[in-house]
Amino acid sequence: MTRKLPAKDAVIIGLGWTGSILAEALTRAGLDVVAIERGPWRDTATDFPTTYAPDELRYRVRHDLFLRPAQETMTFRNNSSQTALPIRSWGSFMPPNGVGGGGLHWNAETWRFLPSDFELKTHLTQRYGAKALPEDMTIQDWGVSFDDLEPHYDKFEYLCGTSGKAGNIKGAKQEGGNPFEGARARDYPTPPQKQPYGPTLFAAAAREMGYHPFPQPSGNLSQAYTNPLGVALGPCTYCGFCEWFGCGNYSKASPQTTLLPVLVRRPNFEARTLCEVSRINLDGSGKRATGVTYVDSSGEEWEQPADLVLLCAFQLFNVHLLLISGVGTPYDPNTGQGTIGRNYSYQVTSSINGFWSDKNFNPFVASGAIGYCIDEFNGDNFDHGALGFVGGGYMGAVMTNGRPILGTFLPKDTPNWGAAWKKSLAENYLGAYQFATHGSCYSYRDAYLDLDPTYTDRLGRKLLRINFDFHPNELKMSQYLTDRLGEIVQKMGPRQFDKKPRKGPYTITDYQTTHTCGGAVMGADPKASVVNRYLQSWDVPNLFVTGATSFPQNAGYNPTGTVCALAFWAADALVNQYLKHPGPLVPA
Amino acid sequence: MMRRRELLAGTALGLALFAAPAGARTIAGALPWQPDAGTPPNQVMPGPWKFFTADEGAAIEALVDRLIPPDPKTPGGKDAGCALFIDRQLAGPYGSARGLYMRPPFQEGTKQQGDQSPLTPAQRYRKGLTALDKHCRDAFAGKSFAQLTDAQKDDIIGQMEKGPLTLEGISAAGFFEQLLKNTQEGFLADPIYGGNRDMVGWKMIGFPGARYDYRDWIDRHNERYPLPPVGIGGRPEWNPT
Repeated sequence: MTRKLPAKDAVIIGLGWTGSILAEALTRAGLDVVAIERGPWRDTATDFPTTYAPDELRYRVRHDLFLRPAQETMTFRNNSSQTALPIRSWGSFMPPNGVGGGGLHWNAETWRFLPSDFELKTHLTQRYGAKALPEDMTIQDWGVSFDDLEPHYDKFEYLCGTSGKAGNIKGAKQEGGNPFEGARARDYPTPPQKQPYGPTLFAAAAREMGYHPFPQPSGNLSQAYTNPLGVALGPCTYCGFCEWFGCGNYSKASPQTTLLPVLVRRPNFEARTLCEVSRINLDGSGKRATGVTYVDSSGEEWEQPADLVLLCAFQLFNVHLLLISGVGTPYDPNTGQGTIGRNYSYQVTSSINGFWSDKNFNPFVASGAIGYCIDEFNGDNFDHGALGFVGGGYMGAVMTNGRPILGTFLPKDTPNWGAAWKKSLAENYLGAYQFATHGSCYSYRDAYLDLDPTYTDRLGRKLLRINFDFHPNELKMSQYLTDRLGEIVQKMGPRQFDKKPRKGPYTITDYQTTHTCGGAVMGADPKASVVNRYLQSWDVPNLFVTGATSFPQNAGYNPTGTVCALAFWAADALVNQYLKHPGPLVPA
Repeated sequence: MMRRRELLAGTALGLALFAAPAGARTIAGALPWQPDAGTPPNQVMPGPWKFFTADEGAAIEALVDRLIPPDPKTPGGKDAGCALFIDRQLAGPYGSARGLYMRPPFQEGTKQQGDQSPLTPAQRYRKGLTALDKHCRDAFAGKSFAQLTDAQKDDIIGQMEKGPLTLEGISAAGFFEQLLKNTQEGFLADPIYGGNRDMVGWKMIGFPGARYDYRDWIDRHNERYPLPPVGIGGRPEWNPT
């Protein structure tokens, strides 16, 4: 029997980065807010103390901080001729679980997208003509501009204390920063992290070749920092246990280290953990959300009514809940009609492993967002006219760790086992360095999310089905980027280097990134987007959907900076527009 | 619709790989910190096999010692404790595939769709070792894998990896892949889990372990880090024997 709880002003589904950001803004505005979180409460002192946080087997190999596939997973197929099968154990991406969400165990690479990324369709069409784009590519403008988001990127960076070097302050180029970035109002709140040997050598080689290397913006802090909410973070110790791990030093920006200590003390906020929202409830018209239904860890079902529903789960689960709850119209790849599940995209990464006999990189001295990058080959920073593809990415020396089980690199001709394997591991661990490209992934008519016809979760709901493969445009881009990166690596003088451009088909088993995007995209046209420019549902105006879910396609950067800038932007619209006049913020 | 018993098992107990978290709770007013609420790993103690039979244990020790053979500087997989590591992993939540999606229907897919076997890791080892034993006794006049010469062992392992050897009831290549992965985990994981004994794997490559603070070393480039490794349980010489 479902028990009905007293109504709240707002219910938040998922207490990760965006849920915390929205909760902070709405409780500050005086709303009574409850956040419902599927996973457990987690805090630094209890859950990842320095005494056992650096445990590669537990956290990296056995996925201890992540969602269990038994609790929720997806099915996957490369194309419609195949039968989708369930992801039984995580591989290509790692869905988060628990308070803090992905913000707890990310690498903290804190990027802004390029101004042209937000007007992608218009920009590329104007520069290269409509015929330069593949016929089945479904990229679109975001409906929001870089300048709209700049103050909100700023808010996120100052919340986190992001360590970096500006490249463009109010249009004035800054030596040592990224010369391609959009104009920012001010520099990063803290200076860049110090750099280990590998990135330092990379930057010297890149500079000699005429590129403009700059330190990667990092949410692992170069120095102690107190944010505008009064929450203090400590300096990063370069321990090399960031992504997949919680930070035991309070030095990685996360909801725990920036927001929750303030939020939890507010009398008009509460969080319910180990409670899984099973659906968003709509009224008879289907045009108004009345709240959510959730199941707690003892199996009891509860209804939480609320005036405002904020869907802030991980990207894939946002789309799943929209489909399960019957919000809007599911996308149909045959007709191109419908929007829920449309424009699913990912990230196209590649790597180069370099090997030196005369160098010691001490790869274990690292942070998740360490490194020097160049941006000459990102977005449309370079002329694509003769290249036969669009898109790009940053590239650089950004090796995040030297963890021994899965963070070691051997020359490609090394046997997988035996004496030769062992000798190679002993000889190459300290002298190997992995370089990376981090490329865009544009959207296509046949890349989408829907509900699986066969497999169900433990609540009896249909699993989400991922229909996705890389397209030739992205694979060409990856080859081009990897070749350019290879020229820089070669200049560094390795004994050997192995280029690994991304190849198709996309495989669900090899970890690439957790940058799954789209499926409920934002835009100016209700026929081609699920949410408007303020992340408000076109169909259900008291429902907002945050996260990379809203990306119409993915750019050549890590998404979290943009995800959180959009959350601040939506929070601003909620507090300053919606609460004054509840209803559609953009006429449909 | 909802399967209450399964839900209970799934959320409160069954999915916790390290310790059972409390049930659903409401957090309001203050950060809910309590002393000693963490879930540190338990130290694996040497001793009798918990999962393997004696014969299986002998075969696993022989296998891990060929996957990672001893050399004059560094012990092999057997003395590094890889078999003990695998035994304890298989006796625990990893062995029973706890937390993985194990609902039917099970059906073979493409390589890109990943492993679709209904077998848990523990079941794979049981089937794989049984089939390997049968193969060896048939092919080598009644000898078990552990009784073969190193060259014979390497030949069989190579055939499991790349063919043409087939094993009854289980994919030889799949079993090899799992075994190799777990062996390397045992050689390089924190010694608290029973492998990497005396941190031999970490010493071999130069990984300092769970030190967690390299601020003094971030800008000391191209210098060998001088301190020996530490594990979650400290260093062997810090502990009473």
